[in-house]
Amino acid sequence: MVRSSRRRVAIAYLTAAPFVIFAVFPFIWMLVASLKQDVELYDLAQNPFLVRAGITWEHYHFLFTHTAFPLWLRNSTVVAATTTVVSVVLAVLAAYALARLRFPLAEATTTFVFIVYLVPTTLLFLPLARLMALFHLSNTLWSLIVTYPAFMVPFATWMLTAYFTTIPRDVEESALVDGCTRAGALRHVVLPLARPGIITAALFGFTLAYSEFIYSLTFISTTDLKTVTTGVVVDLIRGDFFYWGSLMGGALVASLPVVVLFSLFLDHYVAGLTAGAVRG
Amino acid sequence: MISREEILHQRTPAYGVRIRPEAVTAWSFLLPTLLLLLVLAVYPLGYAFILSMTDAQVSGPAHFVGLQNFVRLLRTAIFTLTLSNTIWYTLGAVAAKLVLGLVLALVLAQRAPGMRWIRGAVLIPWVVPTSLAMLAWTWMFDSTYSVINWVLMHLGAIAEPIAWLGAPRLARLAVVLVNVWSGLPFFGINFLAGLVTIPQELYEAGTVDGAGPIVRFRHITLPLLRPVLATVLLFSVVMTSSDFATVFVLTKGGPQNTTQILATLAFKLGLATGDLGNAAAISLYLFPILAISTYVQVRLMRRVWQW
Repeated sequence: MVRSSRRRVAIAYLTAAPFVIFAVFPFIWMLVASLKQDVELYDLAQNPFLVRAGITWEHYHFLFTHTAFPLWLRNSTVVAATTTVVSVVLAVLAAYALARLRFPLAEATTTFVFIVYLVPTTLLFLPLARLMALFHLSNTLWSLIVTYPAFMVPFATWMLTAYFTTIPRDVEESALVDGCTRAGALRHVVLPLARPGIITAALFGFTLAYSEFIYSLTFISTTDLKTVTTGVVVDLIRGDFFYWGSLMGGALVASLPVVVLFSLFLDHYVAGLTAGAVRG
Repeated sequence: MISREEILHQRTPAYGVRIRPEAVTAWSFLLPTLLLLLVLAVYPLGYAFILSMTDAQVSGPAHFVGLQNFVRLLRTAIFTLTLSNTIWYTLGAVAAKLVLGLVLALVLAQRAPGMRWIRGAVLIPWVVPTSLAMLAWTWMFDSTYSVINWVLMHLGAIAEPIAWLGAPRLARLAVVLVNVWSGLPFFGINFLAGLVTIPQELYEAGTVDGAGPIVRFRHITLPLLRPVLATVLLFSVVMTSSDFATVFVLTKGGPQNTTQILATLAFKLGLATGDLGNAAAISLYLFPILAISTYVQVRLMRRVWQW
C-alpha cells in the first residue's frame, strides 16, 4: 500500500517536471544572464549554465542609475493601482445591479458587458489613439488611466456578478426590511461577504493593467513617461545593441510585483483564471 | 365632471407603469460603467469602422472610400501573407494549447505533497507581463548566444548554431511555441477545474465495467469536459488571433513578414507610416472571428442560464 502510493507520488512529480521546467526556465535564464559579467555572458567557449567568474551587480546598478527604469516602475505602479481602484468601484456597483436588482433589459445589459469584455485591445488602439489626441491626453499617464478601465471593468463586473449571485439573498433582504437602502445593504451586508471576490477582481485588474502593452506603446512616446513593459522592451535597446544583462535584470525586476502578489494570493488567481480571465 | 371612481380607475394603469425605484437604483449603479464602455469601447469600435472606410492619414483631410481599403488589401501580397500567417498562427497555437492543456490538467490533477506549488509554478507564464517574458525568449533564441543551440549542439543534435528567429520556418515555429508557453496555464487550469467537477463514481463504475484508462478518458472525461473545452477554445481563438506582444517583441513580424500577423501589421502601418485607413481595415479583419466567437459564447451562456 505504502509502496504503491509512493510510486504514484513519484509518477506525479516526474510527469509534472517537464511542465514546470518549461514554465519556469525563461525566468531562471533571466536571472543567470542578469548576474553574469559581460565577459562571461558573451563568451561562446563557456558553459552558459555555469557562473565561473563570480556574480556581478553591475547590470542592476546600470539599470537603476543610468536608465529611466525606476521611473517606469513608478509609472506602472501608479497607473495600475489607480485604475484598479476605479475599476473595482465601478464594477462592484454594476455587478450588484446585474446580480441583484430587477429592471428591464437586465439580461441584455449583462450580455453587452460580456461582449465588450471580448473586444481585444488590438482592435481599439488606433481609434483610441485619435480619441486621446482629441482630448489632449496623448503622451500623458492620464491616457492610460482613462483607457485601462475600459478593459478592466467588463472583466471585473463579469467576475463579481458571478460572485454576488453566490451570496444568499436572505441576509440582505432582512437588512432591507429593517429600513436599509439598497446602497446601505450593499455597503454593510454584501461587501463584507463578497471580500474574497473583490480581492480576486482587484488582483486581476492590477495584473492586467500592469502587463498592458499596446496602449502604452501607442499613446506614450516620452521615455520618462513610459510604463515598465514598454520602457524595458523599447527604450533599453539602443539601435542594434542589446544590453542583455540589464535587459534581463529589468524584465525580471519589473515582473516581481505581480509575481509577489501571485505567490501571496495563489488561490485567488486560480479562482480568477477559471472565471475566464484572459489577457486583455 | 369626472367621478372619483374614474380617477382611481385611471390611476391604476398609471401606477402600473410607474418606474419602479429598484430600476432607478439599478440604472444609477450601472450608469458610470455603461458610460465608460460606450465612450471607450463602443465608440472607438465604431470609429475604427469609419476610419477603415476612409483614406485618413495622421494629418490632413480624409475622404470616404467605401470598402476600397478592404478590397485592395486582399490584392496586396503583404496582407494576404499576414492573413494566412494569422490563421496558421491561431490554428497551430490553439491546437497545441488544447492538447498540451489536457495533458497538463491530467498531470496537475494527480495527488502529491506540494501539488499546490507545482500548480503555482506552472501558472507563472500567465502572470508575468507577456512583453517582458518575450525578452527572455528573444535572448534564448539569440542567433549567437542561444542556450537552446548550446544544448542541442552538446547533445550532438545539430552541428551549427541555428538562427531561430532568422529563418522563416523556424521563426514561425518559435512564435507559436512561445504563444503556447504563455497561454498554456489558462488552458491547463481551466481544464483542471473542469476535471475536478466530474464525479469520481463515474470512473469507478467505468472501472467495474472493465473500461481501461483510455476508454474512460474518451467516454467519461472528454464528454463531461465539453462545456469547459468550448468556452476555453472560443476565448483562446479571440485572444490568440489578436495577439500582439509575442510577435512584436520576438520578431517584429520578420524575417520578410513571414511572422507578421494582423495586429502587428496594423500597428506598423498605423504608427510607422500613419496610414490610418488601411491600418484600421487590417485590424478589422479580426472582426469576423470576434463576432462569430462572441455569438457562440453568448448562446452557450444562455443555455447555462436556462438550466
